[in-house]
Amino acid sequence: MKLCDRLFNSSVGAKMLMAVTGLMLTGFVLAHLSGNLLIFAGAEKFNAYAAGLKSLGALLWVARLGLLGAFVLHVYLAVKLTAENRSARPVKYAHEATIQASFASRYMIHTGLMMAAFIAFHLAHYTFRWTDPSFASLPEGDIYAMVIAGFSSPAVSGFYVLAMLALSFHLCHGVSSVFQTLGLYHGNLNPMTEKLGPIVATIVFVGFSSIPLAVLAGLVK
Amino acid sequence: MDLTLHVWRQKNSKDAGKMETIEAKGISENASFLEMLDTVNENLQKNGKEPIAFDHDCREGICGSCSLVINGEPHGPEYGTTSCQLHMRSFKSGQNIFIEPWRAKAFPVLKDLVVDRSAFDRIQQAGGFISVNTGSPQDANSIPVPKQDADKAFDAAVCIGCGACVAACKNASPMLFMSAKVSQLSLLPQGKPERERRVLAMVDQMKKEGFGNCTNQYECEAACPKEISVEHIARMNREYFRAALREETPKEGHGGE
Ligand code: HEM
Ligand code: FES
Repeated sequence: MKLCDRLFNSSVGAKMLMAVTGLMLTGFVLAHLSGNLLIFAGAEKFNAYAAGLKSLGALLWVARLGLLGAFVLHVYLAVKLTAENRSARPVKYAHEATIQASFASRYMIHTGLMMAAFIAFHLAHYTFRWTDPSFASLPEGDIYAMVIAGFSSPAVSGFYVLAMLALSFHLCHGVSSVFQTLGLYHGNLNPMTEKLGPIVATIVFVGFSSIPLAVLAGLVK
Repeated sequence: MDLTLHVWRQKNSKDAGKMETIEAKGISENASFLEMLDTVNENLQKNGKEPIAFDHDCREGICGSCSLVINGEPHGPEYGTTSCQLHMRSFKSGQNIFIEPWRAKAFPVLKDLVVDRSAFDRIQQAGGFISVNTGSPQDANSIPVPKQDADKAFDAAVCIGCGACVAACKNASPMLFMSAKVSQLSLLPQGKPERERRVLAMVDQMKKEGFGNCTNQYECEAACPKEISVEHIARMNREYFRAALREETPKEGHGGE
């Protein structure tokens, strides 16, 4: 179909797919965060939430496959577009200068690849439970205890906090950028859309980091 | 004022090229940047050396010929100013100044600071035109144009096609140039018949020329000597999506859409 070709193989279309998949991933990140913050409501509520998710059955798999598809497409296009961008300037400037591009915007592929590495570790850690042998002795379904055991290691917690820093930089540019990519730049809307990236980034960083830090500080046990 | 210039020297398109350091002494701070280079070239010629090749024509900021990246910024440090309209009082005596050509695969260097910008012509030819009937012109007010649209189209039409947006972009993307053309033509009734074809063809041509993709960092807007807004890029994105949804682009002479 021509539409598919225009979306996948053109510069503007590929960027739109990046924006839409990026938004889907951001939606997941925010939903995941609000679920995770239930840890502050205590073991019972948190474990009930985890069990509730599991009981969704087929629906859960639809969501997982959708996310996986969005992720694969986002990463594939990110790598492809970045490679094209690099090759568009084979000779660099002897005197490089940046006039107004933000720090976050200049390291999107780096913070993105850090996220890919983090997601691999995160799945191995809490989803497949390969990395921490102590999880095997925990009672079945006690996700709360597993999270506490996992974050009791300062090295693991430190890694999570760093990864959330990378994610928040990615979203700082990404979320605001989506509006421009999808053609929603508008004089009346801009003051809000420009701030939305930094706001989402702050919420994501503070929200997610609070969990390992609270465990390390002994506030959640 | 005395300056130390670091200038890109390249004999021809085959040559590898390198930076060369040239002292420029006794320059007037009222000179324009190009006049400063003229003075340097006179001295180089007096000493039997090859003068620095650079593009210029009108020297009054309207033709889009001049194209220098000065200390990493296309057209230098002043906002909304072309290299030819930049004055030496924007610099300090004793300063080091790096002068480089536009850097993009799609803009190959021909000599020193002169690059081949015919990629822009090909993008323009791909879609940046309108079809007009020959014969006597119609009455000037027979096609109503809303004032807002006319103003926006004019803001885009001030593009002089210099290529500073490509030079400034971290990805050597020409989106600001293209969006200025798309906006200018698509906002006006005269540009409507080619509306879909235009944006699809121009975006295709951009890729064929080897330009990069937009990452919304807005370096182009900051470097543009005509202060063209990235709002036009958003409009072009919208135009592209609208055109992409229409499977067939309208054919000429078949009663339009
Ligand atoms: C949790 C995972 C992720 C989320 C929530 C996310 C979110 C986003 C969003 C919202 C955008 C803006 C889209 C646009 O306007 O074009 C974006 C762009 C981008 N992402 Fe991601 N992303 C994630 C993972 C990744 C990964 C793993 C990579 C790299 C392999 C990556 C690389 C990029 C790149 C290169 C851009 C384009 C930047 C630009 O055009 O300025 N992202 N991302
Ligand atoms: S020489 Fe014409 S715009 Fe600078």
